[in-house]
Amino acid sequence: MSRLQHFLYGCRDSIPMIVGILPFGLIYGALASLAGLSLAQALGMSLLVYAGSAQFIAISLLTLGSGTLVILLTTLVVNLRHVLYSAALQPYVGGLSQRWRVPLAFGLTDETFAVVQRRYLARGMSEHGQWYHAGVALALYLSWVGSSLVGALFGQSVPNLAGWGLDFAMLATFIGIVVPALRNQPQIAAALVAGAVALLCHAWPYKLGLMAAALSGIAVGVWLERRQAPVISGEVV
Amino acid sequence: MDVWPLILGMALITFAIRYSLFAFPHLRFPPSVRQGLQYVPTAVLSAIVLPGMLIPDGQQWAFTLHNAYLLAGLATIAIAALTRHLLATIAGGLLVFFVVRGVLGQLPL
Repeated sequence: MSRLQHFLYGCRDSIPMIVGILPFGLIYGALASLAGLSLAQALGMSLLVYAGSAQFIAISLLTLGSGTLVILLTTLVVNLRHVLYSAALQPYVGGLSQRWRVPLAFGLTDETFAVVQRRYLARGMSEHGQWYHAGVALALYLSWVGSSLVGALFGQSVPNLAGWGLDFAMLATFIGIVVPALRNQPQIAAALVAGAVALLCHAWPYKLGLMAAALSGIAVGVWLERRQAPVISGEVV
Repeated sequence: MDVWPLILGMALITFAIRYSLFAFPHLRFPPSVRQGLQYVPTAVLSAIVLPGMLIPDGQQWAFTLHNAYLLAGLATIAIAALTRHLLATIAGGLLVFFVVRGVLGQLPL
């Protein structure tokens, strides 16, 4: 099949994620304009940074009057999880030319990762894997930028757009990614431990609790998997 | 404050993080690291979701029946477990969330 077809499959498989991204982009745009960002700045952040949760946190820190350095440090910590995504996709994307790797890295969000990882695990780079990846990345990028724009344009004319709680869309999306992955005990334990540590450490500065939680969850998952390995080695895990 | 330097800084940091391991195409990870990478989405996203449900404003615990994020979050988890369908989970979860907030009188209407 042609490259275009796989590109379009990527766009199609992104539709569920787009349903979650649109409300989140709307609320980001509305909050950004309420925080005093100009239309160009609110849109520019989505165009150039393209990291929903980090942008959301940056806007709330700006509203609280935090300095640039604090916001940059928080961005670093909140987005550090993408090192792990980068590592997980490197065996597939690593073989592509730089012309591919740069834009695919730019578009490596939680949602993009969740969609393309499923395909890479099933079929590797076969059948124009990079074109599928590009379709996912572009569809999700345009959804984020477009909904940010609409939110920034109308956020102040629709009364109380910020009060609707559209940020729940991100939680619903992440729940939709995580729950189907909880197929065995180590995965379930990783989720529970990461969630518990994140709750206990939520007051740590610069969102450092998020990274501590993620690493704890991963460690527990690996530990349990190894402990079980002799028992379940004959089964399909 | 001038926002543009902040935006450019955030953009550079975010891109550098995402590109980090794509920069080393020939790097091969030891089995233990590859094993750990399988738990990345589960651990990272759970660490965002649970506080989002129980501490929705980022400051105060909200372990109450008036917390729409908690109630709708639990409903969304149930939808995900039963259907294993991403679109049903996201759309259904959002629907439940707005119904719950409506019932609780928390929508700015």
